[in-house]
Parts: sequence; structure tokens; C-alpha cells
Amino acid sequence: MDIFLGLLQVILREGFIYGIMAVGVYITYKVLDFPDLTVDGSFPLGMCTAAALISAGVNPWLACLVSFAAGAAAGAVTGLLHVKLHITDLLSGILVMTALYSVNMVITMDRGVVPFYDLPTIFNSGLGGALHTTLDQWGWVLMALIVCMVVKLLVDLYLKTRSGLLLRASGSNAQFVISQGKNPGTMKILGLMIGNGLTALSGCVLAQQKESADIASGTGMVVMSLAAVIIGEAVLGRVKWMKPTLTAIIGMILYRTCLTAAMQMGMDTNYLKMLMSIIFVAALVASRAASGRGKHNGTAVDRTRI
Amino acid sequence: MAQQLTAPASEPLVRMEHIDKTFNAGSVNEVVLFQDFNLQIARGSFVTVVGSNGSGKTTILNLLCGSLPVDSGSIYMNHRDITKMKEYERSRFVGRVFQDPAAGTCPSLTILENMALADKKGGHFLLQPGVERKRTAYYQEQLSQLHMGLEDKLGIQVGSLSGGQRQALALLIATMTPIELLILDEHTAALDPRSSETVMQITRHVVEEKKITALMVTHNLKFAADYGDRLIMMHRGQMVLDMVGAEKDNLEIRSLTDKFNEISIEDGN
Repeated sequence: MDIFLGLLQVILREGFIYGIMAVGVYITYKVLDFPDLTVDGSFPLGMCTAAALISAGVNPWLACLVSFAAGAAAGAVTGLLHVKLHITDLLSGILVMTALYSVNMVITMDRGVVPFYDLPTIFNSGLGGALHTTLDQWGWVLMALIVCMVVKLLVDLYLKTRSGLLLRASGSNAQFVISQGKNPGTMKILGLMIGNGLTALSGCVLAQQKESADIASGTGMVVMSLAAVIIGEAVLGRVKWMKPTLTAIIGMILYRTCLTAAMQMGMDTNYLKMLMSIIFVAALVASRAASGRGKHNGTAVDRTRI
Repeated sequence: MAQQLTAPASEPLVRMEHIDKTFNAGSVNEVVLFQDFNLQIARGSFVTVVGSNGSGKTTILNLLCGSLPVDSGSIYMNHRDITKMKEYERSRFVGRVFQDPAAGTCPSLTILENMALADKKGGHFLLQPGVERKRTAYYQEQLSQLHMGLEDKLGIQVGSLSGGQRQALALLIATMTPIELLILDEHTAALDPRSSETVMQITRHVVEEKKITALMVTHNLKFAADYGDRLIMMHRGQMVLDMVGAEKDNLEIRSLTDKFNEISIEDGN
């Protein structure tokens, strides 16, 4: 029973932390209809930024904001490459993801792993510290939940603003944005900034929880978060009261559950990335079958295009 | 070669001057469409444009909207030189309804959200509430003029509407804020005959009520003859027919069909 609870704790904690990234990828992939591979670079960017700042004694909450800004900057570069230089969406993301590897090396000063034990993080100081004292490990889960829900609510609120409506319009009909006198390219860049900002924030929060940053942590982040968005929609897309941001987070928890279960059954960790891809393919095929049944939902966007 | 223009009654709203436009320049598929093409559109007029395939009628619209650049020449609208202006910048004073019912509205947003965005055309799109509740009554009143019952369906996604409903909504959205020119790009071509009649009547209503200058391209000769106060027939980048006012009113559909067949046979279609 203790083992089970321990596993549940890890699944939820990591599910909520990676869930922040899933919300970001929901914005680029679903709202903007942009397959963004920058994510594999902006996730470790957030981790490395957190490690560098917290090691230098910066307030952990400020580190979160700076990580978000760093991710947003990376997203802006992807957007500019795509919109201004007319490089395809996939290639723009790959270019920035590759360049970010060097950027991350500079931030960590050529170290692959940067530990920063026993320094103040959002999990061991302030509110997080208090939760940890009273609830032990569940305090971390609660803290991850709080950060994740705040992000989700802010994104939900944003998508209802005038700018948010235009962002949603630019993903589903760029001509409509032009007709409203706005440049759809600008909206694309904005969406990529939000998406990658949230991805970096997710990396920053994970680094603070682990008290260590890993420069190689980015591999598979695109696959993982896309799978979360797709699984969430396939499983819970028809539940009317659930916003897609929430289904993406729950999708991430389900995905982490699958991975953890496989590891518990004795799978070698080296096979983890392979398993990540396999689950993704399974989710994609299953969601296609599901959307094939409900074809009359009327949206022009092919939800499984990548 | 310069073309004979019908003298406009007052200062024209739109002037296209000495327009050259070549497609696929330098390749074997090169098509020289416009050479020194000139067109003036009078303020408050409703111009219908017909022509065979490849005659340049849709290109006129694309040049006016800015979705295609001119090779040379100038376009003026309301005394402004808009030749170099981007499509999205021109949208503030040019409204357009497309042939494709999916193009003029946003399928994943609700009717209410579509109208709320159109209501703020040209304004700032920042963190204000996306939908202003106090404007809802105004949107409903506008929708009720379509007689399609859309005023009771504000919350449904536009993607689930029929083609006719979407075109009617697109017309409303294109004319929501004051515009100088309304461009109708074969906007009934994708609809069934009954819906296209309805949409044409709504078009007439909107154009007359809001006193908008309109330019309508159509494949339907009957619509071209019945609607508007000026008719242009295009053929290979030139105006072969340009009738205004009484001359157009006396036009018989038969003679229009004959003329159209004549140019179509010339093109072998």
C-alpha cells in the first residue's frame, strides 16, 4: 500500500509539473495548429535558467518569471523564423531547438547536470515549505497542483480576452484575422511565446522540485506533451464542463501513469523514450478512430494533423 | 492600350490606374493578364462583374484587397494610395465575402465570439474581455435582420451552421464596422439555388441600408443583370462591356447571354 501511495505521489507531482507544459503545447498545437518542436529545447532552457538563478541566490518565484520570459524569447525566435523568413513550421522549431542546446550549455557553464541542493526553492521555502512541513511529500504534490492550476486558470482567462479570441481565430482561419485588420503572423508569434514560456516554466518548476537541472532532459518533451493533449482530448474531450487545458493536464497524468506502470513492471529505463513514442502512436491512432465516429463536429481543422 | 472609361458622376472612390499584372512571369505558363488596365468605381455604386474563366475578374478583387501585388500601376481608395498597403491593413476599410463559406467566419468560435471580434475590427486586441455582454442585444438585432433564427443561437459554433447561414453571417461580419468598399467574391457560387437567392436578397438589403460601395463578381448572369447599377464584362484582362444606370436597366438578359457565349467560345469553353 505504501508503495502504491508513493507511486501515486510521484505520478501526480510530475503530472502536474509536466501538465504546465501540456497546457503550453495545447496552445501551440491545438489553438494555433502549429507543430512546435522548440519545446524539446525550451524545457531544459527553463531547467537551466532555474538552476543558474537559484544557485546565484535569486528568489525562486522570480526565477519562475525569468524562465517563462526565456522560453517566450525562444518561442518568439521560432515564430520570427517561420513568419518573417518563411521557414516551415517544423524546421523553424528544429532550428531553435538545436540552437538552444548551445544556449543551455552557456547558461550551465558547460555542465550537463547542475545540482543546487539545500537552496530556497518554491517547494522548500514560503508556502511550499509550510506545505512540506505539514504534509511531508504530499506537500510537494499540493504545491505542484497549485502552480499548475494557477497557470491553467490564467490561460483559460486569457483565451477569453479579445487577444485570446483572436489567437484562437488565427489557428482556425487566418483569413478571418486578416479580415479583422490584424496580422495573423503576429498572433502566431504571440502563441508560440506563450506556449514555450509555459514549457520553460514547467522545466523551471521541475528543476526546483528535483533541486537539479539536466541539460539532456528535453528529449521526448514534444512527444510527451503532444501525447498528453491527444490522450486528454480522446478520453475526456466529450465532457462538456472540462476545458481543453484541464483535459491536457489529466492527459499528462494518464501518460505518466502508463510510463510509471511500465517501469514498475521492471522495464529497463533505457527503453523509456521508445515507450514514450509507442504510447504516443497508440494515442494518435485511438483518437483518430474516436474522431472518425464523431465526424459531424464541424471543425475545419484536422485534429490529428502533424 | 488605355480603355474607355465611363465618366463617373462624382469623385470616384476607387481608382485603379495603369495596372500591369503578369502571372508566372518568365515561365512557359506566363500569362499577361493586365496591360495598362484602368478602372474607376464611383462612390455609392454597386458594380457587378462577369466574365469567363481567367478573364481577370477575380484578379481585380485580389489586387484591390491586397492579396495579390500589382506588377506596376497604382490603386487609390478615397484619395489614399493603397498600392503598397498590406492586405490586413486594407481590411479596415475593405470588407470581403469569399466564395468559400468557411473563409469569412471562424468555425471554432461561436456566433457571438465571431461578431464580437468583427465589432472591434481595426481596434486594439489586448486583454479586454473578448465579448462585451452589453453589445449582445445589438448583435441579436443585427442577426434578426437575416431572418434565419441565428439570433437565438449566439452560443453555437459557426462551424455547425449551413453554407447559406455562414455566408449571411459573413456579410454581416464584413459590414459590422463602417467600411468604404465591400467586395463580394462569387459569394453565392458554393450555395444551392434557394440559399443563393436568400443571400443575394440579404446582400441587397445590407448594401442599401448601410449605403456601401460594392463590387460583386459572379458567375450568375441573372444576378449580374438584376442587381447593382453598373455591369462590367471582363474578357482576357479587358472590359468588353461596361453599362451604367439606365443602360444597364434596359439590358436584356438574352443579349447578355449572347455576348457571354461569344467571348466564351473565343476561349474554347
